[in-house]
Amino acid sequence: MKHRYLKNVSTLQLNADKCIGCGRCTEVCPHQVFEMQDRGCAVRARDLCMECGACVKNCPAGALEVKPGVGCAAAIITGWLTGSEPACGCSNDSSGGCC
Amino acid sequence: MEINKDRLSKKTLKAIKLRALNLKTGKNDAKSLITPYSTKDDWVIGEIDTPVGLVPQVSTRLSTRDRWGGIKARWGVNRMDYKINPGLYAVGNPKADSHVLVTANYKLTFDMLRKELSGMNLWVLVLDTKGINVWCATGKGTFGTRELVSRLKRTRLNEIISHHTIILPQLGAPGVSAHQVHKQSGFRIVYGPVRAADISQFISSGMKATQEMRQVTFTAYDRLVLTPMELVQAIKPSIILFGILFILNLVGIGPFGLVDFYAYLGALVMGCVITPLMLPWIPGRAFSFKGWLTGLIWALAVNIINGFPVMPVYSTLRAIAYILVLPSVSAFYAMNFTGSSTYTSFSGVLKEMKTAVPAMAVTVTAGILLMIINSFV
Repeated sequence: MKHRYLKNVSTLQLNADKCIGCGRCTEVCPHQVFEMQDRGCAVRARDLCMECGACVKNCPAGALEVKPGVGCAAAIITGWLTGSEPACGCSNDSSGGCC
Repeated sequence: MEINKDRLSKKTLKAIKLRALNLKTGKNDAKSLITPYSTKDDWVIGEIDTPVGLVPQVSTRLSTRDRWGGIKARWGVNRMDYKINPGLYAVGNPKADSHVLVTANYKLTFDMLRKELSGMNLWVLVLDTKGINVWCATGKGTFGTRELVSRLKRTRLNEIISHHTIILPQLGAPGVSAHQVHKQSGFRIVYGPVRAADISQFISSGMKATQEMRQVTFTAYDRLVLTPMELVQAIKPSIILFGILFILNLVGIGPFGLVDFYAYLGALVMGCVITPLMLPWIPGRAFSFKGWLTGLIWALAVNIINGFPVMPVYSTLRAIAYILVLPSVSAFYAMNFTGSSTYTSFSGVLKEMKTAVPAMAVTVTAGILLMIINSFV
């Protein structure tokens, strides 16, 4: 059975004018958000995006943008409590069992 | 090519021990070891000669000790110090034209990888991720462009192999910029499959990944192996809570007893174990909502076990308190499972928390107040 998370939340942005059609994004995306079309890449399934940032980091044309972050409640709580940016603090034992 | 022998001959063992001793005493024999290892590392089964030095050759079979170490890590025992030395390793008898795989130095990650490589001849470049798995290390920046480029330089891989292609796990992509690595080191990155089990097929098909190989899954088994850690993480706040309730009991305003104890533990198990396991089948999308639903079922079960609605053993006030508190406890632990899942986004988790956290705070406070009022009625 397929997992489905909240709709219409991803901050993923594609600037199609910059896309050079190399296809790297389709290679690195763990949820097949992109597909290659005649004119370059297109966002096929935005709601599957988990904002990991792999596509942004590997886009040689700088055509992609996303606000990267960890989808981890424990990290967000820690961020709220300490007033810092939510980060995966798994190396200390105070946060979730994520990593 | 011939499958490499997984057992150590006495001669090799002696040579390894001698080298380890030399390393310790600073005495250098003719060929130096590129990646140091301990004589206790029984997964090293030999050494491969290269123009740069000797490379430890690793077994593709997991020993009982390897497996036991993995089980302990899953339960959080020694989990943050379960690592191997970063550097270059060999699987089988790799040559200058053999493929190179890149991975993290978390021992569990390394073991999961090498057990899939039996019969193959490859180089494995292990990055220093401070003992964290590939995916999580990308988030911390340790599995990243900088570490990869510097590790390539330090191992002098370009002098060992005759080509310029390295295979990275696809889940390393959030930390690595392939075009930057190419610019800085001359090595070309190919992203391999998500799962180590697919590597053999990926390589034999000429480094072509199918869509299935590129897709991150989250099977019931994937979720099951994560639940021990969820339980371990939940124990600490729970002990603090028990402490507070115990003190309330002592000063006479707390009516907390055995039923409350198992009611809470049940809600914890609902949130930490049952919700993760049943994840795709529980209605709703938000993890907190899924956890709230399973917690609600548990709260109703607790009341029914205690005679509701026919012969209740406690007051209706207390029954209502359970219905307020227990689903929220379960929802909280289920919400924390977002960090272990493979498909939640930061924006999504933030959105669900903006509703869920205030709702939890209100219901739990109301429930506890009801319990306290109930003890005076």
